[in-house]
Amino acid sequence: MYFNSFSELIDMGGHGLYVWACYGIALTILVFNIVSPLMAKKQFINELSRRLKRERRISDNNS
Amino acid sequence: MAITWKMPKWFYQMGSPRWFYDISSRLLPGFAIAAALLLVVGAVWGLAFAPPDYQQGNSFRIIYIHVPAAILAQSCYILMAMAGAVNLIWKMKVADMIAKSCAPIGATIAVLALATGAIWGKPIWGAWWVWDARLTSMLILLFLYIGVYTLYSSIENDINAGQAGAILALVGLVNIPIIKYSVDWWNTLHQPATFSVIEKPKMAPEMWMPLAVMVLGFYCFFAVALMLRTRTEILQREKRTGWVRQLVEEK
Repeated sequence: MYFNSFSELIDMGGHGLYVWACYGIALTILVFNIVSPLMAKKQFINELSRRLKRERRISDNNS
Repeated sequence: MAITWKMPKWFYQMGSPRWFYDISSRLLPGFAIAAALLLVVGAVWGLAFAPPDYQQGNSFRIIYIHVPAAILAQSCYILMAMAGAVNLIWKMKVADMIAKSCAPIGATIAVLALATGAIWGKPIWGAWWVWDARLTSMLILLFLYIGVYTLYSSIENDINAGQAGAILALVGLVNIPIIKYSVDWWNTLHQPATFSVIEKPKMAPEMWMPLAVMVLGFYCFFAVALMLRTRTEILQREKRTGWVRQLVEEK
């Protein structure tokens, strides 16, 4: 490792806030791009499966 | 005399949403593992093991986010415009869905490039923002992404939305060479390109190697994010088809 201690790694020679803020924003944006389509997919599947069940119930009652 | 011009088989398969859904579910795990590994290794390497810059000190470590984000934001735009063109010419559904999915990913990555650039600019240039050619053309890229995204999501008819989005994406393509050559054409504060295909990197290997790892990691991440978004889009648009209903009922 380039740094002598963990606190030096956090401090980044006085630029710690800038460097870590960038890595934090990057993590947030990357995670958002993975989680948001997965949540949309889950929601879609739940809605469609509820609708399909309802439709089947209605057609079963009619027959 | 008509010229019959046959495209390869995979090109026609790409028109089938179901084929894309199947193949992407097989490709996803590999790309996800590669993205996670490359990004973790690259970030740790860049943050803790690469030497600091002799002028910029440790703030230079922002490069490992900033440069991959800027490269990806532009590549994603080119892909979005190309997929849009394929949709315009061959009316290919999957290409349309890929183009639509590129817009929100590209917009967030452009935000990342701009934000990390601003945060890097503060300690090095003394300003969060300057109206410099590179920065301004990157901001235009973000506005183009927002415009394309808005067209895709606000026009209700999918076919009209796809055509409008694709045309704006293609017109905006002119901005890509402007971003690339902005540092050569104008006097800018922004430093010239870090990587070049024809030249050897000007940086020391222990500095550019983690950067190369991060660039690869960002591309793998993009493959994963794009496939996930396109798959969700496929399900939503194909909800009336038998295979989607069957897939939902099996869950």
